[in-house]
Amino acid sequence: MGHFALDLAHLLAGGMVLVSFMLLYQNRMFGLLNVFALHALVLSASVAWQAWVQNAPHLYVTAAIALVLKAIVIPLALRRMVIRLEIHRTIETVGGIGLTMLMGIALVALSLVVMLQAAAEADPLAREDVALALSVILLGLLMMVTRYNAVSQIVGFMSLENGLILAAAGAKGMPLVVEISIAFSVLVAFIVIGVFLFRIRERFDSVDTHALDDYREGRQ
Amino acid sequence: MGLIRDLAVQGAQMVFVLLLAPLLLGLTRKLKARMLDRVGPPLFQPYRDLLKLVRKEVVIAENASWLFRVAPYVIFAATWVAAALVPTFATGLQFSWTADLIAITALLASARFFLALAGMDIGTAFGGIGASREMLFASLAEPAMIMMVFVVALVAGSTQLSWVANFMLTHASLRVSLGMALVALIIVALAENARIPVDNPATHLELTMVHEAMVLEYSGRHLAVIELAAALKLLLYVSLIACVFVPWGLAPPRSGFLPLVIGAVTYIGKISVGAFLLVFFETSIAKMRVFRVPELLGAALMLGFLGTLLLFVSRSF
Amino acid sequence: MPVVVALGSVAVLILVAVAALFLVARPAFATRFVYGAAGLVALVLMVTALAALLGRVDISGEIVLPVGLPWVGAHFRIDPLSAFFLVVIDLGAAAASLYALGYGAHETQPERVLPFFPAFLAGMNLVILAADAFSFLVAWEFMSLASWALVMAHHQAEENRRAGFVYLVMASFGTLMLLLAFGLMAGPDGVYAFAEMRHRVHADWLPGLVLLLALLGAGSKAGLVPLHVWLPLAHPAAPSHVSALMSGVMTKVALYGFVRIVFDLVGDPVWWWSAVVMALGALTAVVGVLHAILERDFKRLLAYSTVENIGIVFIGLGLALAFAANEMAAPAALAITASLFHALNHSLFKGLMFFGAGAVLTATGERDIEKLGGLIHRLPVTAVVVLGGAMAISALPPLNGFVSEWMIFQAILLSPDLPQWALKLMVPAVGAALAFSAALAGACFVRAYGVAFLGRPRSTAAAGAHEVDRFSLVAMGLLLGLCLMAGVVPGLVIDAVSSVAVQVVGHDMPPQPLWPTLSIVPVSEGRSSYSGMLVLVFIAMSSGLAAWAIHRFASKALRRGPAWDCGFPDASPVTQYTADSFAMPIRRVFGPVAFRSHIERRMPPPGDPSPAQLKVVKHDLSWEILYAPISGRVARLAERLNTLQFLSIRSYLTLVFAALVGLLVVVAIWA
Repeated sequence: MGHFALDLAHLLAGGMVLVSFMLLYQNRMFGLLNVFALHALVLSASVAWQAWVQNAPHLYVTAAIALVLKAIVIPLALRRMVIRLEIHRTIETVGGIGLTMLMGIALVALSLVVMLQAAAEADPLAREDVALALSVILLGLLMMVTRYNAVSQIVGFMSLENGLILAAAGAKGMPLVVEISIAFSVLVAFIVIGVFLFRIRERFDSVDTHALDDYREGRQ
Repeated sequence: MGLIRDLAVQGAQMVFVLLLAPLLLGLTRKLKARMLDRVGPPLFQPYRDLLKLVRKEVVIAENASWLFRVAPYVIFAATWVAAALVPTFATGLQFSWTADLIAITALLASARFFLALAGMDIGTAFGGIGASREMLFASLAEPAMIMMVFVVALVAGSTQLSWVANFMLTHASLRVSLGMALVALIIVALAENARIPVDNPATHLELTMVHEAMVLEYSGRHLAVIELAAALKLLLYVSLIACVFVPWGLAPPRSGFLPLVIGAVTYIGKISVGAFLLVFFETSIAKMRVFRVPELLGAALMLGFLGTLLLFVSRSF
Repeated sequence: MPVVVALGSVAVLILVAVAALFLVARPAFATRFVYGAAGLVALVLMVTALAALLGRVDISGEIVLPVGLPWVGAHFRIDPLSAFFLVVIDLGAAAASLYALGYGAHETQPERVLPFFPAFLAGMNLVILAADAFSFLVAWEFMSLASWALVMAHHQAEENRRAGFVYLVMASFGTLMLLLAFGLMAGPDGVYAFAEMRHRVHADWLPGLVLLLALLGAGSKAGLVPLHVWLPLAHPAAPSHVSALMSGVMTKVALYGFVRIVFDLVGDPVWWWSAVVMALGALTAVVGVLHAILERDFKRLLAYSTVENIGIVFIGLGLALAFAANEMAAPAALAITASLFHALNHSLFKGLMFFGAGAVLTATGERDIEKLGGLIHRLPVTAVVVLGGAMAISALPPLNGFVSEWMIFQAILLSPDLPQWALKLMVPAVGAALAFSAALAGACFVRAYGVAFLGRPRSTAAAGAHEVDRFSLVAMGLLLGLCLMAGVVPGLVIDAVSSVAVQVVGHDMPPQPLWPTLSIVPVSEGRSSYSGMLVLVFIAMSSGLAAWAIHRFASKALRRGPAWDCGFPDASPVTQYTADSFAMPIRRVFGPVAFRSHIERRMPPPGDPSPAQLKVVKHDLSWEILYAPISGRVARLAERLNTLQFLSIRSYLTLVFAALVGLLVVVAIWA
């Protein structure tokens, strides 16, 4: 890859890490959904650039799916669901925002150490992109772990998904079949979660997973 | 001959930034008014304001000390020296080796030190509130700026601004770390210049002001000097962003007259675009609560730190 | 021969101390005699050491006196490292003696201060001159005891007694750690002389252990977190000139001990040492400044600021260790020069600030800044010099604090070439911590100076203060002048320290170009440079030009009126910002993490006109996590062992018998 191509790939991957941090920073529901749409937008730009550089046309389809499904359809649907369910507009977090950001930085450092030191035999230029993608995955997991609200956990799961797609696109190509199956499984998971949320809301009047804990078997 | 020309370029830069700073302020106010569907003050109004203020009699409190009277000039001097060292239309400034990016940050810290002290001098609650909030923001904005300096220095190989500008001019590239540094610098610039979302430059309500609270007791020529210093600071930050991240158009060292003119014209263009972007951002976002600002600045610090970390780990980031 | 001069001067100091015991009957004369003599001797020592440092005299001789351990003797020598620290110490000592000529006149109990002051100075100089482990440790203990006596000078106050006790315990702990370190390095053959100790070959695990012991021993005397707890108690308790010496100078003796052991005696450094040192340094810097910004007592605030600056020096030392371990000689020279420069700077501006605190204490009788205010009108000269000191501590150009921090930042920018991954991840974090603590130090001193010197007086004591005597002012002015010189011509200091850098890391910084630019270059001309002189000249010219232009072409009129205050002026000084309110935003943002701080609110029920109460609860985490459990366990253990006091005679005889039989059995088995 030429120098400019590499730099732009790094820039887009770094942009995804940046947007993941922005996701961690949000404390309002609609802001979270907008930033998630941005996350998917940057993902589609990154995959499209990889398609151009690697000359792999099927990646364009991946980029288009990411753009349509994840940047437009899913955020809109989540938005409607949030309004319908009248879910709390602010997001409670475990620990303060400062602590979450510090843990995020530690995770990025960890993924850098793992990819750049441990995987030393791999191609050095692709390694850095995969290191950034691993950071996105870990930050998505962090988001799921430090949030109480179910919708924000869904968004964390989706951003983790985006990180996986970024890693796969960077590692020289991913067959279209795999992408379609992933997209369908995401859609199915999404529908299931949506139905689940409706049911929870009906029964318990809230989607706070904290509240659910009280109803577990065996709890006094 | 060469030395005289270089000194002339340096001197011209110093005068240039001094004359241009109120114009930038006037442009920002005019654009903001237009964006809010008002007519707004004329473009050259800040010049008229400054002239009006210097001709007025100064009224100071009975218990004001010599520090109160000297502080405006020290603040102005520190800010002007810092602004004179940031390449605007030409790199290779004669005195660029006097102070590098870290020293420029520290000069701005000196200005802030004296401004906060001046706020505390009279012994009113307003000065205290402004000074204490300003030092809170500075305690996070200054490390964020230093982290940004680290990123730029690691990429360019030096903290000297002229060297950095030359490097960016010749090795233009999109780098992740530079992107993060840019975002961090923009956040720091908003905080340090008392723009929305950190502080409202147009208000005099004590609950919403930080910078205005510290200069509440100033009047006449002292206020004029402080206002000019604030305008210079805004110009400094916009020039810094322009020279490090958008360096095209800068005249290389020891160039003839035409490249200098081209440099000046492109510089004025970059400043105008910067003013427009600033105004666009300011009118589309609300001012933050005071205790949300440390989170924003903490995010800037984290970004700068992340950029530095990436560069420490691998030079190609 | 400089060694002979130095030892002779130390002997003179001890004689002065003994003489003071007899002279205290006439306090005024005794004060002038003791401080005058101490100041002169300190000057002689400083000039000798400076000549040795700059290479003007031959320092190769070593003196062995027939005192101390019979098979070792007492070795004394001066090499570049000790010469540098002698300069730092005796400069501070001379300034403190000059200051005390004026300040000492207010001493209520001169018999508790005068004999111990010269002894303290003698002890500090002997530590640096010592060239074998035994003399080093004896001098170290002597220094600690003399300073303990000075801390207990005003023993009537309960807090001073507690401070003395904690100081004694921590000093004993430190000496024990150093004893173990020297014992490990000397080995079973008892090679105590430094000249032979540094050539010994050690087992693999030994140097690391020695480093940790040195960190505990010297670090506790210097003020590393979490061993710093005695500092904020002891430094304020002593008289101000002694506080200045303890904060500004004795901590440098501890630094000398650390540098001597780790860089010189124990052999080649290993990379993980630097990680430990840098991490501790960064933690110390941040914790120190966060505590300082919440303090109301002026001297305690300065003590915590000392902790912060020691943290910064240790960060530089850690960087030097990292570069030295990786054979990067030029960056190591930069890092060690920066650390030593910062140590010198700190002794200058911390001495100045403590002298200022002493002046304020003399003038108003108050150490609590919440009871001060408006002193800039009552103490005009003191206010100017303390402002200079505050600027120097806050690392503002063109003063000296900025130069050493600039050099440390430049050293950090050279460290991406370090190969170890842990260091690659740690150095940016350390750099961020350094920048953060520097910014908070500025906030701390804006608060301290603004509340104490500016505004309106908050008490009658502050309103009725008078300027202090000339000796104090001259001493403060001299230190400020040195701060300005070190900031404006730092090349002189860097060139002076180059021989030390060569001795410690084997390389020195490039010779600093004195003409025509008076700037310093850490690595090479084109890369980065800073010229303090030109920055000063530019600032002076710009402000002068602005003032002249405006006064000439615009208006010069000035009128005094009541403070505007948005149209609601309140005559009461209670309405101005207090120190607590100034620190409130910072406490609210950083307090919950650093101090587990929170606010307890007690609101009266509706209709009850009594006032609500707000209490700020702060925890000192070092005490709670480390010291309270340890002292609790020790107390419980002592309780149990107390029963040994009340046994019968037959039980005691049984114990003696059992011990004797046990030792004989051990001898039998071992033989």
